[in-house]
Amino acid sequence: MRKTLLITIFALILSGSFFGRAFAQDTTPPTDDEVNAIAKQLFCPVCESTPLDVCPTEACHDWREQIRTMLSEGKSEEEILQYFTDQYGDKVRATPPATGLNWLVYILPPTLILIGAIILFRSMREWTKPKTVETGVGGEGSATPSDRSDQDDYVARFEEELKKRK
Amino acid sequence: MFAEFGYGILVVSFLVAIYGVIAAIYGAQNKSATLVESARRAMLLTFPLITLSAVTLIYLLVNDHYEVAFVYEVTSRSMPTYLKITAWWGGQAGSLVFWSFLMSGFASAVTLRKWDRDIEFLPWVIVVCSVTLAFFLGLSIFYENPFTRFWSVAGGVEPHMFAPANATLFTAADGNGLNPLLRHPGMIIHPPMLYLGFVSFVIPYAFAIAALVTGRTDDRWIRLTRRWSLWAWLFLSFGLVLGSRWAYDVLGWGGFWGWDPVEIAAFMPWLTGTAFLHSVMIQEKRGLLKHWNMILVILTYSLVIFGTFLTRSGVLSSVHAFAQSAIGPLFFAFIGISFVISIALLIWRWPELRSETEMKSMLSREALFLLNNLLFMSILVVCFWGVIFPLISELFTGQKVTVGPPFYQRATAPLFSALLFLMAIAPLSAWGHSTVQTLGRSMWKSAVAAAVITVALFFTYTKSIPALIGFSLIAFAILITLQEFWRGARARQKIQGENFFTALARLTSRNRRRYGGYIIHISMALMAIGILGINAFQTETQGTVAQGEELNISDYTVKYRELASWDNIGEGVNYTRAVVDVYRNGIYLGQLNPRIDYYFDAQQNMTIPGNRSTLRDDLYVLLVDWQPVSSNGATFKVYVNPLVNWLWIGSLVFFVGIIVAAWPDKDPETEVVRARRTVRQTSAAD
Repeated sequence: MRKTLLITIFALILSGSFFGRAFAQDTTPPTDDEVNAIAKQLFCPVCESTPLDVCPTEACHDWREQIRTMLSEGKSEEEILQYFTDQYGDKVRATPPATGLNWLVYILPPTLILIGAIILFRSMREWTKPKTVETGVGGEGSATPSDRSDQDDYVARFEEELKKRK
Repeated sequence: MFAEFGYGILVVSFLVAIYGVIAAIYGAQNKSATLVESARRAMLLTFPLITLSAVTLIYLLVNDHYEVAFVYEVTSRSMPTYLKITAWWGGQAGSLVFWSFLMSGFASAVTLRKWDRDIEFLPWVIVVCSVTLAFFLGLSIFYENPFTRFWSVAGGVEPHMFAPANATLFTAADGNGLNPLLRHPGMIIHPPMLYLGFVSFVIPYAFAIAALVTGRTDDRWIRLTRRWSLWAWLFLSFGLVLGSRWAYDVLGWGGFWGWDPVEIAAFMPWLTGTAFLHSVMIQEKRGLLKHWNMILVILTYSLVIFGTFLTRSGVLSSVHAFAQSAIGPLFFAFIGISFVISIALLIWRWPELRSETEMKSMLSREALFLLNNLLFMSILVVCFWGVIFPLISELFTGQKVTVGPPFYQRATAPLFSALLFLMAIAPLSAWGHSTVQTLGRSMWKSAVAAAVITVALFFTYTKSIPALIGFSLIAFAILITLQEFWRGARARQKIQGENFFTALARLTSRNRRRYGGYIIHISMALMAIGILGINAFQTETQGTVAQGEELNISDYTVKYRELASWDNIGEGVNYTRAVVDVYRNGIYLGQLNPRIDYYFDAQQNMTIPGNRSTLRDDLYVLLVDWQPVSSNGATFKVYVNPLVNWLWIGSLVFFVGIIVAAWPDKDPETEVVRARRTVRQTSAAD
């Protein structure tokens, strides 16, 4: 009895592992499109600025085959990307992972743009605020167009420009 | 013999350029018209000299002088003559001479025509042009000499300009041949266009520096160089578009823009140049932003030099490559020094460059132009940082990183969208003052129409929200600009009593800068359709199929029919060409021939797509791989690139626009006479 139980358990484990493997192998082989979807996110360290999915070199071909093998082994996209990163460094990723100094890639441009925007708006307010009252009445901007139709305003503006041309 | 001659001439022109710099500075300082005139003649002399040197180089290229290292690198016997000539700019050494050639040509054009009009600028314009020229000539003479020859010495073959001791001249039987990628027509015209754009931007910079040095703080320098800037911009844009087309046709990755550092290098001066073209208008019309325009033109100049360096050398790929390249540090030193001197001059003149008027409204056209400048500068920041960061990372952490397309796409998409929006509303705003009401009143019709189009697209074309936002902005920009044409023509019709089309034509020809600008705006919106299309909707598939089998992608079917491979000995190329039949929804559309060309001399493959292009989309088929004849299988990669054709259509419209805007005016005097005559004629006709 005990023996049969042991055998059954053993058989179950065996079959389990067998079925598990069979299950993994049973899936259809990865298509080129599945391989390319991952390769697109990688750059090989040699071919400058050519994503792996379109790189024609032999080395890149091999990398794609490696992705295919890993896919058929049931590895996930993240695992495959991580594998290449571990092997060859951050350089293989299309964009630097946001760690350490790499944060600067993502932080600096928005910061600079924001600073630029703030400087621009502050100086525009400075330029416009106090002076509008003084110069707004008699200056060039005195033609308040709100009481006329924009069409006429345009004609006036246009004629003025035409005059200038002559 | 010829090599020594060409080199000697380069040395002479270098000395002449240096003399020009010294004579011009000394002449300006001591108010010696004779010396300045002498400097001008020196400037003029460099052009025929460099031309002579260039002709020598072309002679060597065309006549298979493989003892010359540069000739060996970029040509081979199997190349046709026109390619041997254009190989002049196919390698770094030659393209630096090409740069000098253009620089001296443009500088001569400036100092030859109407040079006595603003005589106080002259010496300083000569100084800037000659310094730039001398820098490039110096690079050619000391570091990247295209006339260097091969010598057999004890240890083997070495490149030297002059014979080392006990050496004999070594002539290879055949050359390496130009990189096959560069034998495409797009690549033959693309570098000269880019360089024309680069070099012509030196001229506005030279005048800006002259204005700073002489203290002429009015907008004279801008008016003098307006056409130069426009033509520079035309060439640069033309160069970028040609480069994109080349990438699409030849590089075989289904797109036209890969955010490669080399592309970005050419794109950055375009960004500052475009900002400059807009913001100088504010200075001309309103006397504002004098400092800012100086900064923009200085930046453009620095980026032009940076771009020249980057496009050819590619040494930014790593810190080591940079340190090892002889010219990398020199370029950086030159950019750094010229930048610091320019900024120092600007700071020196800062108080004198104060604005003549005040800004009156946040909604005025000048305010919107400033926003436009902010956006262009933001895109520049993203691009510059993306290009530079890998170096910084390597320098500080030793870790190499890639800043690839996803970074740029994510960072610039909102900025480009905002630019589209500004492009739509800015032309409606008035100089000096606008209100929300006036703006709203002039744009509501277009806004409603754009909304209707967007809703229609939602039901018929796409449900993607970002794409719909893009389309609505594009529609809005195009409609508003068309409305501006319509309003202008109607206004003329009313005033002059012309029929609509005459009014439209006259309107455009009388306000060429403005309406040329509007045409350019429309073209940008059309190009945006293509860019949006490929970025939002591109689909791709790849598969290995046997003869008679098919690949399916969206509603297309690509059926592999046959494949042939043959050598063309005369051209030195092996062609492998597949025939595939294309169906859409089961209807036969025709066949495509994707191929792989293998160049024997360069030992390099080129993947040429078979492309079926319509306004709706492009079906872009690549032959990736093929098995030996027995199994009859071949691997194809197929892209469907929706709307991409609008990019090329847009670029054609763009050229119309810029020709309208930049075509030289008649002399002001004759213009007045002509205008009077027209008035008389019209009144007589009445």
